[in-house]
Amino acid sequence: MSNGSDDRRAQAEPSTGGLSRSAMTNTPKIRMRGVRKAFGPKRVLDGVDLDVAAGQGMVILGGSGSGKSVTIKCILGLIEPEEGVIEIDGVDVLTLPRREREALGDRIGMLFQNGALFDSLPVWENVCFKLLAQNRITRAGARDRAVEVLAQVGLAETVGDLSPAELSGGMQKRVALARAIAARPDIIFFDEPTTGLDPIMGAVIDGLIVDCVTRLGATAVSITHDMASARRIGETAAMIHKGRIVWTGPAGNLGHSGNAMVDQFANGQREGPIQMELRR
Amino acid sequence: MAAILLDPLAAIGRGTLGACRAIGDVALFAIEAVSHLVRPPFYGRLFWRAFVEVAWFSLPVVALTAVFTGMVLALQSYTGFARFNAQSAIASVVVISLVRELGPVLAALMVAGRIGASFAAEIGTMRVTDQIDALTTLSTNPMKYLVAPRLLAATIALPLLVLVADILGVMGGWLIGTLKLGFVSAAYLKSTFDFLETGDVISGLVKAAVFGFIIALMGTWCGYRSKGGAQGVGGATTKAVVASSILILALDYVLTEIFFAQ
Repeated sequence: MSNGSDDRRAQAEPSTGGLSRSAMTNTPKIRMRGVRKAFGPKRVLDGVDLDVAAGQGMVILGGSGSGKSVTIKCILGLIEPEEGVIEIDGVDVLTLPRREREALGDRIGMLFQNGALFDSLPVWENVCFKLLAQNRITRAGARDRAVEVLAQVGLAETVGDLSPAELSGGMQKRVALARAIAARPDIIFFDEPTTGLDPIMGAVIDGLIVDCVTRLGATAVSITHDMASARRIGETAAMIHKGRIVWTGPAGNLGHSGNAMVDQFANGQREGPIQMELRR
Repeated sequence: MAAILLDPLAAIGRGTLGACRAIGDVALFAIEAVSHLVRPPFYGRLFWRAFVEVAWFSLPVVALTAVFTGMVLALQSYTGFARFNAQSAIASVVVISLVRELGPVLAALMVAGRIGASFAAEIGTMRVTDQIDALTTLSTNPMKYLVAPRLLAATIALPLLVLVADILGVMGGWLIGTLKLGFVSAAYLKSTFDFLETGDVISGLVKAAVFGFIIALMGTWCGYRSKGGAQGVGGATTKAVVASSILILALDYVLTEIFFAQ
């Protein structure tokens, strides 16, 4: 949850283009150990081990089908892994009773790859959906909050009355970002936030993500193929390949990490240890 | 040779297992959805929206179906009954057929085409565009938000639609009886009400409630379980309409046995 000290801390820190925050504790905000998941005969996660420190911006990289999305869906509780441990603030979420796990979800925000905005609702109701669903706010209050959050992502008040179908791709991403941060979560997931956007709009969205996450003092986990985006929004990066984390390090080292797989991926090289499976 | 013989058996086995799995899944889905009807929070606005969609916007198609069915029934009965000099029974045949059978079944089939398809397409699209996952991440149970209100709305709306269909169907028969077949209006109506019993109407309304539940259940289940992109949603929509139509006809027989078997 955001509070005054978070905001002050964020304002005091110089902008470095990454999610630079200092709120680090010994207990990782998110800890995964030996997480395994298969769909039929296809093993997607094969023992994922990952630590994300509190207040850190982590970017997970990997090729298509490497298990990036399944990893964050497992953390979110959208997919149940077969084995392993997933802890948030030291609590094993997989063993939590359903009600407590749902309560944990109140602290998490998610920006989906295609926005996943509800097209039956106007933009302002999309933005404040969680607050309204939990009766944490009146409808009039939700409208005011939506205007406030839309302004944070650079959208005018009038956008609140439009339907998601009336928005461009970039505006939909902004609204989806506004929805992800409206309830002031302390962990936010971003699933390919710049996919489908032109480079300028991609940079704009990355900037908004950094600003919003910094303002909230949240922990951010992003998955992306976009190296420029990864460097902009990530402090640390992890590479997943064939369902395992094969490298973790500073996002600034992408491309010259010393790990052949990471460097091949980051530099977009055809030759290297990663061979694309053209047919399964 | 053995493979040729065993392949059809394997296909039958796979089909049977698949059918059993689907039946079990539908049953669990229905139980979970119904359990959300009695546990807060309740989404009154969503219930009302679904109710208006089912009851109000299905009214024209159900009304037209009922009127024309009543008219055809009166005409067909007349041509048949005239051979036995039993024209006086036409009014009672029209009303009993409509109230017990044709009203609920035809209204349900029309609503299955409209609402079952609409539910499946809407929820299926939400599934393939991650909107259902988004609901979960927004601390909202998709079964409670998407399925339970629709189930309740269709279960309540169908009996109301059938009541209107019964009245309009009888009116269609009365129109043909008086304007074309030469019946005296008062005599036709007296004959209609003399033979109609409360049990006939109630049995039709109970059938309608069951059919409404089935239409919403199959529509939401097929949509909720849809996979892939546009093709998956299209397949789910077709499956919802076909499955609910078959179930309506099968359950009509079962309910008729329960209500009227001697």
